[in-house]
Amino acid sequence: MYPFTYVRGDDRQAAVALAAEPGTEFLAGGTDMLQLLKDEVRRPRRLVEITSLSGMSEISSGPQGLRLGALARMADVADHPAVRDEYPVISQALLASASPQVRNMATIGGNLLQRTRCAYFRDTAMPCNRREPGSGCSAIDGENRLHAVLGGSDHCIATHASDLAVALVACDAVVVVTGPSGEQRIKLEDLHLLPGETPEKETVLQPGDLITAVEVPPLAFARRSLYRKVRDRASFEFALAAAAVALDIDGGTIRQARVALGGVGTKPWRSHEAEKALTGAKLETASFEKAAAAALAAARPLHQNGFKIILAQRTLIRALLTVGA
Amino acid sequence: MTTTIGAPLNRIDARLKVTGAARYSAEMPVKNVAHAVLIQSTIANGRIADIDTAAAEQSPGVLLVMTHRNAPKLGGKQKSVQQPGEDYPLLQDDAIHYNGQHIGVLVAETFEAATHAARLVTVRYDEDKSVVRLGQVLDKLAVPQHFRGGARLPDSSRGNPDQEFVAAPVKIDQTYQTPIEHHNPLEPHAVIAVWTGDELVVFHSSQSVAGSHKTIAGHLGISDDKVRTVSHFIGGGFGSKGSTWPHVTIAAMAARIVNRPVKLVLTRRQMYTSNGFRPQTRQHLRLGADRDGRLIALRHDSLSHTASFGEWVEPCGLSTEIMYSCPNLGVSHRVAPTDTGIPTFMRAPGEASGMFALESAMDELAEALAIDPLELRLRNYAEQDEHEKLPWSSKSLKQCYERGAAAFGWNKRERQPGSMRNGDLFVGWGMASATYPMNRSKASATVRLQADGRAIVQCATQDIGTGTYTIIAQVAADAIGLPVERVTVQIGDSNFPEAPVSGGSQTAASVTPAVDAASRDIRKQLVDLATTGSFKGLRSEDLDVVDGAVVVKSDPSRRAEIGTLLAGRDALTATKGAEPGDEKKQFSMHSFGAHFVEVHVDPELGEVRVARYVGAFAAGRVLNAKTARSQIIGGIVYGLGMALTEETDLDHRSGRVLNGNIAEYLVPVHADVPDIEVILIEEQDPHVNPLGVKGMGELPMVGVAGAVANAVFHATGKRIRYLPIRPDKLLRTA
Amino acid sequence: MSDWDVSRRGFLQTTALTSGGFAFAQFVDRHGALAAEPEAAPSESAPARQRVTLQVNRTSHELTLDPRTTLLDALREHIGLTGAKKGCDMGACGACTVHLDGKRVVSCLTLAASAEGRRITTIEGLAEGDELHPMQAAFVEHDGFQCGYCTPGQIMSAVALVGEGRAASDDSIREFMSGNLCRCGAYPNIVAAIKSVAGGRA
Ligand SMILES: Cc1cc2nc3c(=O)[nH]c(=O)nc-3n(C[C@H](O)[C@H](O)[C@H](O)COP(=O)(O)OP(=O)(O)OC[C@H]3O[C@@H](n4cnc5c(N)ncnc54)[C@H](O)[C@@H]3O)c2cc1C
Ligand code: SF4
Ligand code: FES
Ligand code: FES
Repeated sequence: MYPFTYVRGDDRQAAVALAAEPGTEFLAGGTDMLQLLKDEVRRPRRLVEITSLSGMSEISSGPQGLRLGALARMADVADHPAVRDEYPVISQALLASASPQVRNMATIGGNLLQRTRCAYFRDTAMPCNRREPGSGCSAIDGENRLHAVLGGSDHCIATHASDLAVALVACDAVVVVTGPSGEQRIKLEDLHLLPGETPEKETVLQPGDLITAVEVPPLAFARRSLYRKVRDRASFEFALAAAAVALDIDGGTIRQARVALGGVGTKPWRSHEAEKALTGAKLETASFEKAAAAALAAARPLHQNGFKIILAQRTLIRALLTVGA
Repeated sequence: MTTTIGAPLNRIDARLKVTGAARYSAEMPVKNVAHAVLIQSTIANGRIADIDTAAAEQSPGVLLVMTHRNAPKLGGKQKSVQQPGEDYPLLQDDAIHYNGQHIGVLVAETFEAATHAARLVTVRYDEDKSVVRLGQVLDKLAVPQHFRGGARLPDSSRGNPDQEFVAAPVKIDQTYQTPIEHHNPLEPHAVIAVWTGDELVVFHSSQSVAGSHKTIAGHLGISDDKVRTVSHFIGGGFGSKGSTWPHVTIAAMAARIVNRPVKLVLTRRQMYTSNGFRPQTRQHLRLGADRDGRLIALRHDSLSHTASFGEWVEPCGLSTEIMYSCPNLGVSHRVAPTDTGIPTFMRAPGEASGMFALESAMDELAEALAIDPLELRLRNYAEQDEHEKLPWSSKSLKQCYERGAAAFGWNKRERQPGSMRNGDLFVGWGMASATYPMNRSKASATVRLQADGRAIVQCATQDIGTGTYTIIAQVAADAIGLPVERVTVQIGDSNFPEAPVSGGSQTAASVTPAVDAASRDIRKQLVDLATTGSFKGLRSEDLDVVDGAVVVKSDPSRRAEIGTLLAGRDALTATKGAEPGDEKKQFSMHSFGAHFVEVHVDPELGEVRVARYVGAFAAGRVLNAKTARSQIIGGIVYGLGMALTEETDLDHRSGRVLNGNIAEYLVPVHADVPDIEVILIEEQDPHVNPLGVKGMGELPMVGVAGAVANAVFHATGKRIRYLPIRPDKLLRTA
Repeated sequence: MSDWDVSRRGFLQTTALTSGGFAFAQFVDRHGALAAEPEAAPSESAPARQRVTLQVNRTSHELTLDPRTTLLDALREHIGLTGAKKGCDMGACGACTVHLDGKRVVSCLTLAASAEGRRITTIEGLAEGDELHPMQAAFVEHDGFQCGYCTPGQIMSAVALVGEGRAASDDSIREFMSGNLCRCGAYPNIVAAIKSVAGGRA
């Protein structure tokens, strides 16, 4: 780790002001930050610990929907009765993430901002455009079994790693941000950027921007939602492919659907294409297959990750079959 | 007389382990210790053109940056006595042989200061082209020069396998592959090197304290008795801690220079380039059989890769030589250098990889003939070692098959692949055989019986989790006639009487005969003493030692306590050695076993989960039923990782290890492992060694990958011939 | 001459004198240099430090630490509590699991400074005097380990898991223990140990 000074923020505005200064970063649960500090992928000169900031850990639900404080821990959100009952997809995505210990530490805000698991990104000995703009992407011609098939560019094909973000993006979540220039609300779908020519720019956030909460609008049919994650081993692994789905069913017809994919996109991958294909469609396997094909229509395989195109489709179909049943 | 041998005793070191009191190497509370961190290369082949250590040296807290430029020139040999045929890079020159090779070490006041400063060293390389995969060096394959240290031949045959294969009515001709795998003991390799004058004590996580101190002394060019290796608790090794790797000597060199104790702990990432691995293999299997499934010809030709600076060969074909009855059989091994580190022993080296191939091929033969896989194996049961033409010292494989199959319910298996279901999941039942040779080396032990009635056993062996502490206590207790609580076991120290590496499953077979001999000698001394003291007039034959007292056989109420007998004396002491004779010339000695596994496969998503497991094993006498069962379970779990998830990914251009951590190198987690039913079949084998033990550490891992692959085939009709069996392979395979 | 006597004869004499079921702890104590206060005096050239007070197993420890020090390294290198193990230093193995305010966390991804003011429990704080915690006793009885390196983490995790109410079924135990790797493969025995404790409670 590069040397840093450690400050505990106990006031929101002060924390924001500190973090707006160059070389300063927030530290929440620390589960991603410490990994990146140890690997010297990140080199802040100052860390502002935010876990003691007040009013940012609450989980509440009501007519306006669900509100998750940015400092709420993954384990607490997963176990919250309102989340479990009204948004099972969120609870399931969380329980399928990391380990119980990590979930006790990691926060919702930190989870959304975790960095990619691309091995080249996390190894400073290797070229990587995202870490060091212009140095080249090692993955495109390298080992890319785990890389994205959707949303990649000639500059970066790193998968976005968060499971939670996939569930939240399917639920139209909004991120509440307090920054040096005041408060703003950003649709989660717009928070992360595609790599394009500037993979180092991962989100629309500016220095000092602090996520204070995530709001999920009321979505009655989210009670019929599901997160399905496929991985090599039975637990404690990032996704090879994952699907977050919610279905609004009227008899044998799908009124509305929410679909997002994990493990295959360079950002949490909301699939409006799949949703469109499902809207008004019959509740049957053929509709799900069409939706899955639509979701992956734009996929670009590389030499080792082509299987993800099939796997993601089948994962999505399976998720739809399960919630549709 | 109570005997403890065989009983399911709790480990005598259990309390220390569950309270956190057991101290592993990095935890030895040595005062004034400085922290060392290794610096490793970032290219696979070439030379160091320039190395800039200025920034690192100026970084706060730094005491030393040692590279090939300023490292002491070692007069000694750079070889490991435990692993012949290799030349270790020990900071002696600017040559780079693989990515992740040690090129320096940095020592600082704190761990934090050292880890950061080590990264400030910048290196300019003259880089050469590199090849890191077996597939890239198929044109460089050659006959191994140091196969099994010269103990075995790389090529061997009986009959006329090539010709008979061509003529055989039924043929299987397939290639199987296994990837690079890493041992990943949970405890990273750790060293604390402490010099006092010209004497060196090295606390390090070693599967061979006796070999280690010699290797280090050899590297440093000093005499063996100046170096002492201590390793009381070892957090797993699986072969990676069998040899003494360069970082140990490097830590000792650094400690000498900074004139302070130095602690060096490998990071998990460094564990992928510092202590060997199981190399990639390609194995060509050819099985020729008659229509009843009886083998007529069998060839097993294996390729593996090694480092450019030393040879280590994965001996895949050795189990094949003895496993089945077959008149015409050939085995060969070829090896080619890559720009990687040097491979090494990894749990069941050769057997685990080789039996994956053989047991998969046998399953393919069973399928081709529509014969039950177990029946096929019974039809080819080897009643003797046909390769060496020797009788077995003991073999209970038939019982393993029978009892394992019965416990599993194998007879309810539907033969047709893809015919069994559990809801939407495809169910597959697979089986495979296991075998492992009985290994034994010379060992000695000292036993000291004190006037307080306690015995202390000392031996330079080690407990890598196998239960050595406990079985030594049990053997000594029974041989002397003491309650086991009165035995203190001291191992893991090269100052004690010599014992071999804890590898090749030989520890119990080698060490317990020595402990037994020394303990019996103590018993005899004690009884003799009684005949001149408390029981003057009686003969030794009239006396016995029971529960820590000498008693008269004909009247056990007449007892003399040890304290009384030893009055005025300090203790009784005996040191005894035990070594194998020529029994291996008369008998072929192997353990055997059988695996039965049920997998559930999601046919669309390619997820494979192990639902049920039965393993039946016969490995001579069981010294402790509890720890033996644990070892078996552990071996099976290790095999499940090999079967389903483990693979080290190298960047094919740079040789960089990409999943050099324990999150993405996928070892099994709790959720991957079902209940495992273990059946232990006791054997009375008077030939293997005085205690009749064969060793249990590696056997249960052999065959697991084959059994799982066979079960996956049975579930899906898809034959995966390249481990690990991950979802993408199942999706790709038609 | 250092205070740690490595001469061959010196050693054999000390060990020969040991008694007790298992002699290693005594061996450590008898050597002057192997004393239980490993913290090195901070040298002048050492990097910037900060004061941190940690509340571990009901004892308060005032430390002066490099801000980069993790809770795991503070415990192991500075306080001398080596029960929590370092297996990966990256949150991936669970060997370093401790309880923070009663919840299980990985101490390798926690900065020591972040743990200030919180209640830290390590494996050393689990037993009541000589009396093993029931989970420790169950691990002994069920042989829930081999090499023992993952064991403190497994036990800390297991104790928390029972408290979380996740020990209801084998599958639940397995899933919610999956943050604790055991390379020796003691998993089935660990599950049995946890069941025996959780069952006793239900
Ligand atoms: C072994 C392991 C396995 C894992 N497996 C999974 C998995 O399967 N699925 C999955 O989804 N995740 C997984 N993770 C990732 C884990 O979920 C994230 O590390 C965690 O959610 C990050 O949260 P944190 O609070 O610890 O963030 P930190 O590490 O503290 O911070 C992460 C980033 O977010 C910034 N940040 C944090 N909070 C805020 C805020 N409120 N406002 C602005 N910026 C903020 C920090 O500055 C930093 O840049 C795994 C992690 C580990 C260690
Ligand atoms: S995929 Fe992106 S993160 Fe990975 S090496 Fe390429 S540029 Fe870097
Ligand atoms: S050492 Fe902390 S999880 Fe591995
Ligand atoms: S007991 Fe060795 S890692 Fe678990």
